[in-house]
Amino acid sequence: MLNTKGASIGKKTLFFIIILSIGFYGGYKFFAPTSEVAMVKNALYRSGASGKALLNQTKEFTGQVFEVKDGDLIMDAVIKAQPGDLIRVYPGTYSETVYVDKSDITFQGIVEGGEWPTLDGKTTLNDAFLYSGNGIHIEGFKITKYKGNGIMGQAGNNFVIRNNWIVDTGVYGIFPQYGKNGLIEYNTLTGIEDAAIYVGMCDNIDVLHNEVFGNVAGIEFENSRHCIAENNNVYDNAGGILAFITPGLPIKTTYDIIIRNNFVNENNHVNFAPPGSTVAGVPSGTGILIMAADDVIVEDNIISGNNNVGILITDFPNGGIKASRDPEADPNPDNVTILNNLMMRNGADPIDEIKVLMKTLFMKVGPDILAIGKGSGSAILNREKYVTFGIGSYGNPTKTTSYGVKTFLLDKPAEHRDITKKQLGEFTYYGVCAGCHAFNTRLIGVPTNVIQAIHTNNPQGIVDYINAPKNLREDYPEMPPQSHLSEEAKMAVAEYILGLKK
Amino acid sequence: MSLGNIKIKFKVVFIASLLILSMMIYLGVKKEQPVAMLTEVNEEYFNLSSHCPPGFMLNENNECVSRNLYQQYEYKEKKSNRGVGGLKTALPDLREGFSPQQIDLGRYLFFDPVLSGDGSVSCASCHDPNQGFSDGKALGKGIHGAKMKRSSPTLWNVGYLKNLFWDARSGSLEHQMQGPLYSEEEMGTTKEQLLNTLNTIDEYKRLFGVAFPQREKTDSINIGEIYTSIAAFESSLISLNSRYDQYAHGFHNALNENEIKGLNIFRSFVARCAECHTPPLFTNQQIAVIGTPEPDGLPFDPGAEITFKDSTRRGGFKVPSLRNIEKTAPYMHSGKFTNLRDAVEFYTKGRGHAVPENEDLFIHWHIWTPNLTELELDRLVDFLRTLTDESFKPRVPKILPSGINSQQIKS
Repeated sequence: MLNTKGASIGKKTLFFIIILSIGFYGGYKFFAPTSEVAMVKNALYRSGASGKALLNQTKEFTGQVFEVKDGDLIMDAVIKAQPGDLIRVYPGTYSETVYVDKSDITFQGIVEGGEWPTLDGKTTLNDAFLYSGNGIHIEGFKITKYKGNGIMGQAGNNFVIRNNWIVDTGVYGIFPQYGKNGLIEYNTLTGIEDAAIYVGMCDNIDVLHNEVFGNVAGIEFENSRHCIAENNNVYDNAGGILAFITPGLPIKTTYDIIIRNNFVNENNHVNFAPPGSTVAGVPSGTGILIMAADDVIVEDNIISGNNNVGILITDFPNGGIKASRDPEADPNPDNVTILNNLMMRNGADPIDEIKVLMKTLFMKVGPDILAIGKGSGSAILNREKYVTFGIGSYGNPTKTTSYGVKTFLLDKPAEHRDITKKQLGEFTYYGVCAGCHAFNTRLIGVPTNVIQAIHTNNPQGIVDYINAPKNLREDYPEMPPQSHLSEEAKMAVAEYILGLKK
Repeated sequence: MSLGNIKIKFKVVFIASLLILSMMIYLGVKKEQPVAMLTEVNEEYFNLSSHCPPGFMLNENNECVSRNLYQQYEYKEKKSNRGVGGLKTALPDLREGFSPQQIDLGRYLFFDPVLSGDGSVSCASCHDPNQGFSDGKALGKGIHGAKMKRSSPTLWNVGYLKNLFWDARSGSLEHQMQGPLYSEEEMGTTKEQLLNTLNTIDEYKRLFGVAFPQREKTDSINIGEIYTSIAAFESSLISLNSRYDQYAHGFHNALNENEIKGLNIFRSFVARCAECHTPPLFTNQQIAVIGTPEPDGLPFDPGAEITFKDSTRRGGFKVPSLRNIEKTAPYMHSGKFTNLRDAVEFYTKGRGHAVPENEDLFIHWHIWTPNLTELELDRLVDFLRTLTDESFKPRVPKILPSGINSQQIKS
């Protein structure tokens, strides 16, 4: 009985298990996310803990989705894409330079079964991604063998560069230049002959959760303001994290930088930068370098095993970088604050200049922290914990934590100022049309008041003429079409012309 | 009475026919001259234009203020990264706010050889609008055929520049022009001679009175007014409507495939041209030591080393704008390269390849060995030619208030 009962229970259980399994299997078949659905639809609309401020700007996705598959050109999709569109790139090898002179375009690499959409420069192409637009998002790409940069932005704001895998790619891996309000997170970069992540002449940039190793420099903030490097794993580079001023650039300052919660370990890679580059002068074994930058806070990092020095703070003359001086750039690092950090095993084999310094001080171990040259207002917490040189002038910090700042991203995207239709008409009329047209005088084309008389209350008539001029007067040269103007500019200038009084 | 009546009738008929005749004459004249060209009328009577030149709008204070499509790209924080970077980037501040009359008076002065020591050369001798506001020569030629040490730079968009001269030794147009005016080799005059000359020309005295209405019309011309007028004209030379600009503003068909390839090489981090020649002005306005060769027989030019008394800037020169570059050959401070292809090729021939052996220069970090291919060099030249725009070229006056009809002036 017991046995039977047991057997019957066993049978029932088995039955249930089978039914459940079928149910699970069916449910899996019907409802399991396919790779596509599981992917975030559009980087722009992803919300996350990091970069929350930027990514809070969610809006309904109304754009078009372009699918690019192996054998296609990504550029073909870029040419067709309009602001707001998403370009989804599937696994395959793409050998091209993707240049984006449009705004609000998202590139989303789809990784399937470990297969990446790969941009391969084959050591002949210059740059993988070049963008000048605002609101560019690039995520999920493997980039390799380009001669210039992996991802370069030129004056593009509000960008997100995320989840990319950049290997052995030219000069810089990720290099936003002249950008404001950008997020660089969860990327892995190696084999870059200058900086893996290079924030140049930018403002309000968060560099979070990246892995950078085997590069000349790991993460670099150059002539940039309001930037944070946090939660990055920075190892086996010649120099780990750098915040400095390069003189001779149009932006002259680096300040308000936070370096927090990073691993900066064993950055002892041989410096393989090409001669003449700024980082060629960074000694191998340098964990963190602060040169001429102001208002830098270094907090809660683990900085270990960097053979030259854990943290080097220097002015420009002592920085060892051969570049022309710049009277407009202050050469001294001011207001550097070193808070709690875990530092050990640094300075095991420093450069000769530091060795000489060690001898004069009868020290056997190289420094965790070395400050050399001028600068004022700097401070350090619990200095007795570290092996230090040259911080005699450093005071006790007045600020005890940097955690008041969670992000430097802006509450709202950095946008061009709002201009009215009338202003656009004004810019277009005086900036373009005025070469040939004046109000009541003949220049090359007819006087503007004659245009008014012909097209009274009919701006569309002017727009049509702008698009396809018809030569109406024998004694005037034919007007070249001005169809290069945007549709908004054409209508704005047509209305502006009709409203002109003088 | 009847005689009187006839007389009155005759008078009425006479006046009426006179009226009709004059109306007919007026109509005839009107028919022959439909609309007179504005500037021609000006030149006949030397009336200064009350209109701003193209690219400028007249405001309520009778000042010309610039208007162009790059003003769309300004940020709410007005100074934010202007003049550097990408395609849709605002320009730096322009010297502006001069009156139309001052600008037009400056135009006459600019072209008038009476400003030079012997009435033989004008500003336009070296800055000829028909040669890209340069002179087509490797090295400038001054008064009595004197040979300059450097190439004449273009004046297109000069009002946007913070520093002037190749070695950046001047910070304003008013200061800069005193260099060539009073150089014995360039225009060969003196402040006293310049003032005396202009104050003896009634037409100029009258025109300065119009351009500077806040003082008595009968006052003598003062030196500041001369500088202001010429600066006003120079800063009105705007070139921002090239095919490149159309591309930048979003019309991507403005450039053909080869030109776009050239643009991408130009801004790539291999060629790195755009790192110093940053759009939209195509200069970042910095000093760069790039180590171009001197012309045969000329000593090494220390350039900005002298200006800044800084040996790290030895051989440094101001990064020039590339707008209208096609029009301003030969190239570099020394005019060493006769064409764009040679100028571009310089950058791929190796860091410091043309630096004399005895010089240890602080060569700029962007000068490296990009190994550009022949095709890439060709594409770069294609792109540079898209930066041409002379649609706002000012008119050369046919006659001048001084009465000099110099052969220097080509129209």
